Amino acid sequence: MLRLAVSASMNIAVCVKQIPDPAEPGALNPDHTLKRDGKLILDESDSYGVEMALQLVDKAGGGEVTLISMAPNSETSGLRTALAMGAAKAVLVSDDALKGAGALDTAKVLAAAIKRTEFDLVLAATESSDGYTGTVPEQVAAVLGLPSVTFAKHVEVDGQTVKVQRQTEAGYDEVTCPLPCVVSVTAGVVEPRYPSFKGIMAAKSKPVDEVKVADLGLDAAIVGWAGAGQEIVAVDAAEERQAGTIIEDDGEAFTKIIEFLENLKVI
Amino acid sequence: MGLSKVWVYAEADGDKVKTITHEMLAKARELGDTVECVFGGDASAVAGVLGAHGASKVYATGDLAGGLPGAHVAAAMAAAIEAGNAPELLLFGTTYDGRDVAARLSVAIDKPVLTNNVEISVDGNAVVATTPIFGGTKLVRTKLTAGTPNIVLVRPKSFVAEESGGGAAAVEALAVPDTGAAGAAKIVNRHVEEATGPKLDEAAIVVSGGRGLGEAGKYEMIETLAKLLKGAPGASRAIVDAGWVPYSYQVGQTGKVVKPTVYIAAGISGATQHMVGMKGSKNIIAINKDAEAPIFGISDLGIVGDVHKVLPKLIEALQAKG
Ligand SMILES: Cc1cc2nc3c(=O)[nH]c(=O)nc-3n(C[C@H](O)[C@H](O)[C@H](O)COP(=O)(O)OP(=O)(O)OC[C@H]3O[C@@H](n4cnc5c(N)ncnc54)[C@H](O)[C@@H]3O)c2cc1C
Ligand SMILES: Nc1ncnc2c1ncn2[C@@H]1O[C@H](COP(=O)(O)O)[C@@H](O)[C@H]1O
Repeated sequence: MLRLAVSASMNIAVCVKQIPDPAEPGALNPDHTLKRDGKLILDESDSYGVEMALQLVDKAGGGEVTLISMAPNSETSGLRTALAMGAAKAVLVSDDALKGAGALDTAKVLAAAIKRTEFDLVLAATESSDGYTGTVPEQVAAVLGLPSVTFAKHVEVDGQTVKVQRQTEAGYDEVTCPLPCVVSVTAGVVEPRYPSFKGIMAAKSKPVDEVKVADLGLDAAIVGWAGAGQEIVAVDAAEERQAGTIIEDDGEAFTKIIEFLENLKVI
Repeated sequence: MGLSKVWVYAEADGDKVKTITHEMLAKARELGDTVECVFGGDASAVAGVLGAHGASKVYATGDLAGGLPGAHVAAAMAAAIEAGNAPELLLFGTTYDGRDVAARLSVAIDKPVLTNNVEISVDGNAVVATTPIFGGTKLVRTKLTAGTPNIVLVRPKSFVAEESGGGAAAVEALAVPDTGAAGAAKIVNRHVEEATGPKLDEAAIVVSGGRGLGEAGKYEMIETLAKLLKGAPGASRAIVDAGWVPYSYQVGQTGKVVKPTVYIAAGISGATQHMVGMKGSKNIIAINKDAEAPIFGISDLGIVGDVHKVLPKLIEALQAKG
């Protein structure tokens, strides 16, 4: 439900993706979709959105941070991490029908899940670590019919207006946007806190509202892989670059660099 | 078999059309009989260049009065498509605005969007796009089956820009419907960071520094070396996040894609997200004190050594050469 803050309080919905540990080598299922059946963790990219939300709620003097996530196998490990940071509750959409959902379908599902909570602002990361389509937040905004600002490197709320510094090719733009809206933040926008021991203990009993596609009033045949409108036809190994000469610096290795550059006629 | 019509979302910095737009136009000509552009702004200054790269027409929204392209250009495109003027393929660059417009459009016309593509082909009348995954070690080919128009986002430097010798593109006004609340974000001010020397994604030589430099002050060595080589300085995300250099210096998955003649990586480990932005360089030189650093796996010349020893000597020797 959409709610505009009248008192000095602010409710923020933060999209958080739970992903396979990026430190582990990625793998594909036989149907070419990304293997996501192991334990999933909070995408580091989303820890910035969570921190930003906690700080904004704090500044507003009240309100709640609600996490929104779509993940297989009722996964909550990543949610618990964000709850331990200080989020109040979570909505988790977990449904076998969503296996292989594309960015547009993900956005439809997230938007429907967001509508289950009261919010003045929706935060997400500019791009996820595993999918990095970078389109989901803007698609969520479009589905909700809300304005949006992507690539935020600085976010401030002033009454009913969000002031954002939006990254550009040459620097940044100052953008203002009325609430409610969707903002996607870049890594480094704030320094994410480490969950405290108390936070970790408290997180165990915080509510996670787990729902299925049907509970959101969506048709699984449309938002799942079958309705994704795409089909992987092949996965090939890319041409490998070969390693060349590797030398140990004996104090004179810089001469090898000079020779290399001279041979290329760039100096 | 080819497509009859392809649209390219054109972008410019002021009057200068972005290289990614030229790259997509070159590919669009290969794929389609008719190539047209959509431009969020006044196209009078760019119609000539877009025509020279193969666009016969440019649909222009006119000044967006501070509105962000995401909401406005997408709404305008969706209206044109609904009115029956649909191309079979819409190409967008993986840029700040390109992603926003493609994302909003995908919702407006309820079609999927494929991102991060480095190649596009046509199979029968289906569009097939190629996406690198796992740091570019594997290439996934995906066929779009949702019907026209197909939306594809392209990574910079995937295609070679080439003029077609065409005359100026005809400019046609593209009406922006009322976007209501969705279009309420406004740009109130623009900040441009001064840059000297060649641009990072156009320089023939790029010298990038990473966390191995140890501290922010040592980045000066990278700038000095880049200047001596008439190249551009770059960076890994680690030192961008640490605040040593601005984001515009970042090379990689979330930063710029560079393909210079020579790429020098100093104190950079070679994470897959970094390599995806520079492994297309013609020659790669790496300096890293760890012989096991992944960056050596793709280097033509690898120096196992301390950047604080190698770089000062290299700089001194180049200065001596004059
Ligand atoms: C979604 C996502 C997107 C990302 N996008 C990008 C991106 O666009 N670009 C990017 O760069 N990264 C990106 N990253 C981050 C990436 O994973 C790495 O964390 C980052 O590239 C590491 O930077 P680094 O090599 O400078 O630091 P490190 O990995 O810490 O490496 C430092 C290296 O310096 C060497 N070293 C230390 N001291 C010395 C010395 N005195 N002399 C010589 N060598 C020394 C070390 O041996 C080490 O190899 C992304 C990550 C994620 C999750
Ligand atoms: N399955 C998901 N659950 C929750 N949030 C998501 C999901 N997919 C994408 N997002 C959000 O959208 C951002 C961008 O994702 P992407 O478009 O995949 O790069 C992520 O960083 C999240 O904030």
